[in-house]
Amino acid sequence: MLAVDIAGIKMKTPVMTASGTFGFGPEYSDFVDLNQVGAIVVKGTTLSARSGNRGCRIAETPAGMLNCIGLENPGADQFLTMTLPKLANYDVPVIINISGNTVEEYGQLAAKLSVTGVAGFELNISCPNVKEGGIAFGTVPQSAASVVREVKKNTTLPVIAKLSPNVTDIVIMAKAVEEAGADAISLINTLLGMAIDTKSWRPVLGNTVGGLSGPAVKPVALRMVWQVAKAVRVPVIGMGGIMTALDAVEFLLAGASAVAIGTANFVNPRASVDIAEGLKDYLVSRGLKQVQDLVGQVNNKL
Amino acid sequence: MPKTIVKAEVLAHKLIGPEVCELTLKASGLVQMARPGQFVHVRVADTIVPLLRRPISIADANAAAGTLTLIYRIVGHGTELLAQTLPGSRLDLMGPLGNGFVLEAERPLLVGGGIGLAPLVYLAKALCTSPITIVMGGRNKNEMYWQDIFQSICQNIHITTDDGSMGRQGFTVDVIDDILTGDSFDMVYACGPRPMLEGVARLAKERNVRCQVSLEDHMACGVGACLSCTCAATDGKRRKVCTDGPVFWAEEVFD
Ligand SMILES: Cc1cc2nc3c(=O)[nH]c(=O)nc-3n(C[C@H](O)[C@H](O)[C@H](O)COP(=O)(O)OP(=O)(O)OC[C@H]3O[C@@H](n4cnc5c(N)ncnc54)[C@H](O)[C@@H]3O)c2cc1C
Ligand SMILES: Cc1cc2nc3c(=O)[nH]c(=O)nc-3n(C[C@H](O)[C@H](O)[C@H](O)COP(=O)(O)O)c2cc1C
Ligand code: FES
Repeated sequence: MLAVDIAGIKMKTPVMTASGTFGFGPEYSDFVDLNQVGAIVVKGTTLSARSGNRGCRIAETPAGMLNCIGLENPGADQFLTMTLPKLANYDVPVIINISGNTVEEYGQLAAKLSVTGVAGFELNISCPNVKEGGIAFGTVPQSAASVVREVKKNTTLPVIAKLSPNVTDIVIMAKAVEEAGADAISLINTLLGMAIDTKSWRPVLGNTVGGLSGPAVKPVALRMVWQVAKAVRVPVIGMGGIMTALDAVEFLLAGASAVAIGTANFVNPRASVDIAEGLKDYLVSRGLKQVQDLVGQVNNKL
Repeated sequence: MPKTIVKAEVLAHKLIGPEVCELTLKASGLVQMARPGQFVHVRVADTIVPLLRRPISIADANAAAGTLTLIYRIVGHGTELLAQTLPGSRLDLMGPLGNGFVLEAERPLLVGGGIGLAPLVYLAKALCTSPITIVMGGRNKNEMYWQDIFQSICQNIHITTDDGSMGRQGFTVDVIDDILTGDSFDMVYACGPRPMLEGVARLAKERNVRCQVSLEDHMACGVGACLSCTCAATDGKRRKVCTDGPVFWAEEVFD
């Protein structure tokens, strides 16, 4: 009933975990049976280790949070030797979120990480928290397309392009990555934001600006998923502020074929599994047989 | 050590000092695993504002009774809401989280500044077979409600206040040197503001006494997944305050 196939990645449920919010997975294994998660998208991985941004890295905002982690991660080699073997204990697709400073680095990462145990790649061309690369690739259609092409040249695994919402026209970006060969599109990454401490008159975040996530961004995310899903043929993975099964239903109706849970994991570590169960109840209550019956059905009331 | 989520019943909730509350909860299933120095991640409301959980140290745990005590200061929206929870209501707690204190000390010296004294209550109780010396620092005598809590569990109590309204005027660090000289200790445990921790760690190192410090940072997940709480360690690598800490050997995180 809940099973989906996203660009060849077979998932037991359409509810994945969003990169950077679920670690590598095992961090949450005391709370969730990882075998019940649709897919785990691991923390953004770079060629060499990164120590991330200095100073305060998160700030709570109304119904949301800002973060400027700055892609702290142990690097691709460490991921291969230390983390991936642990994930082999679970029956869950592992998707690696990769991030490069140059187009070539994305290709090198894909080549290096195309190993057994990896189900696919999500290209982080939209991280707002690093000076080089990151968002620059995500806001210029030609650059985004060249990243996708480079990765496709270096792997046979499915490639998901993750879009930044910090653009004027999200559809142009979506079409550019689709044309370049992306097998699926995920959106949204965080929205660039800021908070200021009125006592010290200084920015709250060490990096001055950071990415907004959580319920506050949901309407924006939903609108973008709807626009993109109408414009492309590849499957869309929707995310941004999903806290409940009904939030997930909205994204599916807007045209997403799967959803990812980010910030909600911090509030409820079981969110990804709870939402999948809620989705099943919703389908049953509506007399539907499969999640696919919801995808893109906004306006087509039963 | 398995972590869990429980809907803990509020048994008692009272103001014990200016803007400081003591919250006692029934948290069976969680307390049994709790060690001094660990913390719980508390959901202060079922709504999406405030969104994130709030980390609070375990100030006491009674495995047999299944009760857990938290002592916290009201500093913002989340703790204000927390202060409004009434006995009989339930709070969503995640824990126990983090690495606690190493309980190997025959002559321990405990040093706490302000609300940093909270985890030291449970620590002192766990070390109760040894004679305990504690140095407590606060802004003024109104903040020294801690004396009532510690006097039955610690043999020697030293107090410093910023304004001199009780005990010695000054900071805890100002008196530690004398205390370390006057007696022989085999371990220093410290929790409080960072400058205090650095000062205490430096003095302990000079005297060759082992020292553990409990750090704080802003946390989202509390389980090592989001990397919002990492700090630089002296070996050049990074540590997560939520899972590698919050308690660290001083030399691991301070030069
Ligand atoms: C491991 C650990 C143990 C702690 N133990 C205690 C304790 O026993 N008693 C106690 O009174 N306080 C403790 N704190 C601090 C406590 O978490 C904060 O005071 C609390 O989160 C403030 O929330 P707020 O909504 O009232 O304040 P706000 O300032 O409105 O909070 C806004 C955001 O900042 C975060 N934040 C604010 N201050 C701190 C801080 N000092 N440390 C970390 N995050 C912060 C909040 O969690 C929240 O996400 C502990 C913190 C950590 C990391
Ligand atoms: C703390 C944190 C870290 C994140 N790290 C990454 C990352 O490394 N790579 C990435 O593509 N997205 C990252 N994201 C973005 C999320 O994957 C997701 O796109 C975004 O948070 C929106 O979903 P949400 O509102 O459900 O959190 C991060 C988000 C948060 C909150
Ligand atoms: S709070 Fe998320 S890694 Fe420490």
